[in-house]
This record gives sequence, C-alpha cells and structure tokens, in this order.
Amino acid sequence: MALNTARRSARRGRRRFTRRDLVVLGLLLGIPVLLDIAIVWGPTLASVVLSFTSWDGVGAIKWVGTQNYANLFTNYPPFWPAVRHNLLWLGFLGLVSVPFGLLLAVLIDRGVRFSRFYQSTLYMPVVLSLAVVGFIAQLVFSRDQGVLNALIGNTKNPTDWLGDPKLNIWMILLAAAWRHTGYVMILYLAGLKAVDPSLKEAAAIDGASEAQTFFRVVFPTLRPVNVIVGVITVIESLRAFDIVYAVNHGRNGLEVLSVLVTDNIIGEASRIGFGSAIAVVLLAVSMGFVVTYLVQEIRGEKSR
Amino acid sequence: MTVDTAPPPTAVPASAPAVRRKGPRPGRIGVHVFLMGVSIAFLAPLLLAVYASFRPYEETSRYGYFSLPRHLSFHYYKEAFSDSGMTKYFVNTLIIAVPGVIVTLFLASFVAFAVSRLRMRGGIVLLMLFTAGNLLPQQVIVTPLYVVFNRIPLPYWMSDSMTMFDSYWAVILVQIGFQIGFCVFVLANFMRTLPQEILEAAIVDGAGVWTQFWRITLPLCRPAIAALCTLEFTWMYNDFLWALVFMSDGDKLPITSALNNLRGEFFTDYNLLAAGSVIVALPTLVVFLLLQRHFIAGLTLGSTK
Repeated sequence: MALNTARRSARRGRRRFTRRDLVVLGLLLGIPVLLDIAIVWGPTLASVVLSFTSWDGVGAIKWVGTQNYANLFTNYPPFWPAVRHNLLWLGFLGLVSVPFGLLLAVLIDRGVRFSRFYQSTLYMPVVLSLAVVGFIAQLVFSRDQGVLNALIGNTKNPTDWLGDPKLNIWMILLAAAWRHTGYVMILYLAGLKAVDPSLKEAAAIDGASEAQTFFRVVFPTLRPVNVIVGVITVIESLRAFDIVYAVNHGRNGLEVLSVLVTDNIIGEASRIGFGSAIAVVLLAVSMGFVVTYLVQEIRGEKSR
Repeated sequence: MTVDTAPPPTAVPASAPAVRRKGPRPGRIGVHVFLMGVSIAFLAPLLLAVYASFRPYEETSRYGYFSLPRHLSFHYYKEAFSDSGMTKYFVNTLIIAVPGVIVTLFLASFVAFAVSRLRMRGGIVLLMLFTAGNLLPQQVIVTPLYVVFNRIPLPYWMSDSMTMFDSYWAVILVQIGFQIGFCVFVLANFMRTLPQEILEAAIVDGAGVWTQFWRITLPLCRPAIAALCTLEFTWMYNDFLWALVFMSDGDKLPITSALNNLRGEFFTDYNLLAAGSVIVALPTLVVFLLLQRHFIAGLTLGSTK
C-alpha cells in the first residue's frame, strides 16, 4: 500500500522535472551511456563485423565471409585445445572452488573464534594481481628449484610441473582456484550474514539438524548469491588470461582463447579479422550465460 | 534471567554469530584444525615469495627455494626500486587507477540512482545495458578499440604519442567504460534497499534531481561505495591486459605489466622478480586490510537484498 502511493507520487514527480533536472539527467546519464556504447557495445559489434573480414590493421579491409571461422575450426591447431582448457577451467572452478568456498564461508559464519583472521587470510590471494599469482606459481612448481618437488622429495628426477604440457594446465588451475575460492567465500559470507537468524532458530526449535537447517532453510535463501557466484565463475573462466600469460604466454599446453585473441592482434602478423573471429566465439559462449542470467534478474525485478 | 535473552532488535545483525554458543565441542576443534590448515596452505605461497625475495639468487639456485637461509638481505628491494624504477611504474598505476576509480564511482552512482530511484521509463534497459556490458570478455572489445585508438589524434600536451593509443587516456577511459557496469549493478541493488520516504520528503521540500542524488542518496550509500572503492581499486591496480594492448612505450606501463620488465631475455633472476611481486602486491593488501570491515558490510547490504 505504502509502496503503491510512493510509486504513484514518484510518477507524478517525473512530470515535475525542472529544466535544471533535465540538464543534470541528460549529462550524468548521457556521459556514462555514451561511454558504455563507445567502449563496450560499439567495439563488440565491430568485432563481430571484423570477424568476417581479413585485415592486417593497416591495408584495405577485405570481406571474406565465414572463411575465418572455417580456418579457426579446421586449421588452427591451438583452437580446440584452447576451448578444452577454457571448459576445464570452468569445470574446475565450478566443481572445486565454488563448493570449497561455500564450505569455508559456512564454517566461518558459525561464529568460530579467529574468524576475522581466517576470513582475511583466505581472501588475501584475491587482491593479488593475477600476474603475481602466475609468478608465485612458478616459484612453487618450477622444475629444479621449486618447492613442490623439494617437498615431495622428488629432486633426483624432478617433475616439470609447468613445462609438461600434460600437467601444467592442472597446476595453473590450482593457482586459479587458490584465488577464486577466496572470492567465492567472501560473497557467500556476505550472503550468509544477511540470512535472518530467526529462520535458523525456528528450524532448530523444530528439531532440524545443522545439515538439514543448512540445506533446507539457509541454502535456498542464498539463491541470489548463487546466481552471482555462478556468473562470476563463468566469466572468470572465459576471461582467463593473466596467469597463463605470466607463466609462458599461453603456449605449450596452456592455450586459452583469450591469449589466442591477443596473440593474433598484437602479434607481428596482426591478423585482426582472424583474432576477432576467436573473440566472437568467446562472445557467443559468454552471451549464452549472460542472457540467461539477465532474464532471471529481470524476472526478479518485476516481482519486486 | 536466562542466558538466552534475545538481543535488542537494533543489534541483531551485529550479534548474529553469537546466537548459539554451547561451549567447546570436539566438532569445534576439528573446524579450527581444518580452517587453520587451509589458512596456512593459502598463506604459504605468499610467504614463500616474501622469503625468496630476501635471499640471493645463487643460494636458491643451488639449494632450491625450499631450504634454510644462509644470507638474508633487502638487496633485491633496493635493486627493484633503484635499477628497475618500480617507483615510476607505481606512479603510472596511480595515474590510471585514482581517476579511474573516482570517475567510475561517480558516474555509476548517478546511473544507479536514476535507474533505481527515479523510476524512469527504460530504467531496466539501462541497467541491462551496463550489467551485460561488464560481463563481456575483455578480448571481445580489444581489437576495435586498438584500431580506433590508433586513429584518434590527441594534442601533444595530452599524449606524447599524439594519438589516443599509447596514452594514459586510452587506458583510463577503457577502465572507466568497462567497470561502470559492475558498479551500476551493485549500487542499484543497494539503493533499492533505501527507504523511499526519505526521497519523498526531499521532493516535497522542493529538492531537484541533483540534490536528491548528491545530498540525500549518496551519503546513505557510503558502505556500498567503500566496498566498491576497494574492489575497483584492486581491479584497476591489478589489471594487466589493457596496458599491455594499448601501450607500447615501456615507460608508461603500470606496475603489473612492468613486472615483466624485471624478466630478462635470457636469464631471469627469480628472487628479484619475487621482490618485485611483493612490492606489487603490497598496496592492494594494505588497502584490503584497512578497509575490510567496510568491505564486508558493503557487500552484505549490496549483493543479497
């Protein structure tokens, strides 16, 4: 009732925008919208268009139809490994990092002592630059002086954790998960703090065990956080770039799509059309997730 | 006089963890052992980098990183600062990140205000435009921007390359354009939780849009803005890709990309690189530790309601 009247009067208010209000609105909405279009949406569209051309960035732009895509799928060796690695990334973060982060958040939220310490420690890797994370991965996993080989007493015939193309992606995934877990934990922690404690009390009075309380009462209320965590995980996996770039520029077993795009654009060949085609593949996959997410958001918006 | 008196309603969020306290149970100890173990595992790589940065290269190359120290010194920190000019790169980062964070938060908070408080037609479309934009992979927009920036001339006093490319403007602009989406999303969620009556009262008193935004809504958003400030500063500080693509002059690189400069072509002194990494990581760690209370509070109110 109160909300309705508020809405109505706000609607009346809209017609009462003074000239000054309109200037403020025009400027302060106009600038960010223009910026968003110029920096994000315009280039996105341009990428799609460029992906159908062959261009080196300097000469004439030649229309080649779907040739870039045909080349990409059939005759560009790093492409399929890159796709596989990105999917692996998604699977690993989604199935390892996210549940682990949730577990940590639940444990910390139970109000154990030193929770501030745990919380800051676990979140710490998140504030590190991925370039630094990539470098630290080298300290741990390097073949001759690395800590891992020394720890497992493997110095006679050391394993080349980052050089072996069969192994290195897993080590990089560990490093990525190290960072992602803390991020997930903080988001869930924030979500858990917002859960109404009386819900938990009511469940306890009804004789629910702690596990039952969590899965039947608390977890369902975390839905908005789950959605955010899901989206962030997908995006993070598709965007994966910095760690592999810092380790070995994304070669030899560490191919990912984002590095392929960058290589084709700023590499010496400057194959802009081809690089754009890879970017569009990345775009298509992420748009699938983004649209699903937004549809949900808007449904929520309408029911508000 | 029972122990379990309900806390006064205003104190509910703060004292929520203390709702049930049953004294030590074996489960508690298990939880502590587990959390402590995970914490140590999480800290170890970081401490390793710090440890390596204090030791000479000859020593670690001989005995490995996992060995007892024989010499410890600040030598590599001095080298990183004096020879490799980390100070300069740090300043470069601030030139990009400080205006970046301020402008992003200012613009985003107004958009969020307009979308969530003014109930304009098309508000949802705007919200979608920004949110979806932030979720795109950076690589999708890199190519056209690279081409366009190369063609936008700038006067010499703005950019010594005379184009948008290879100037701070390019990187700052991209940071702002790309990050606005996330901030709009978080702030719009936050502002929706503020009571509408406050604005009603202001409107009755004749407050214009600007007053409603700047004097009334914004001060109430302090927790969310503090949280975003930490996050955005960390992200812009840590960013690697934009500078890599949009800059060619090594002297303008921000500190993360400059880390690569410490890498030699044929020989890399990993202990020097470790010192560089610690220097790079320190500011964001400090910002986080100083602001973490606000950070959690802001996220709590922003992300879930």
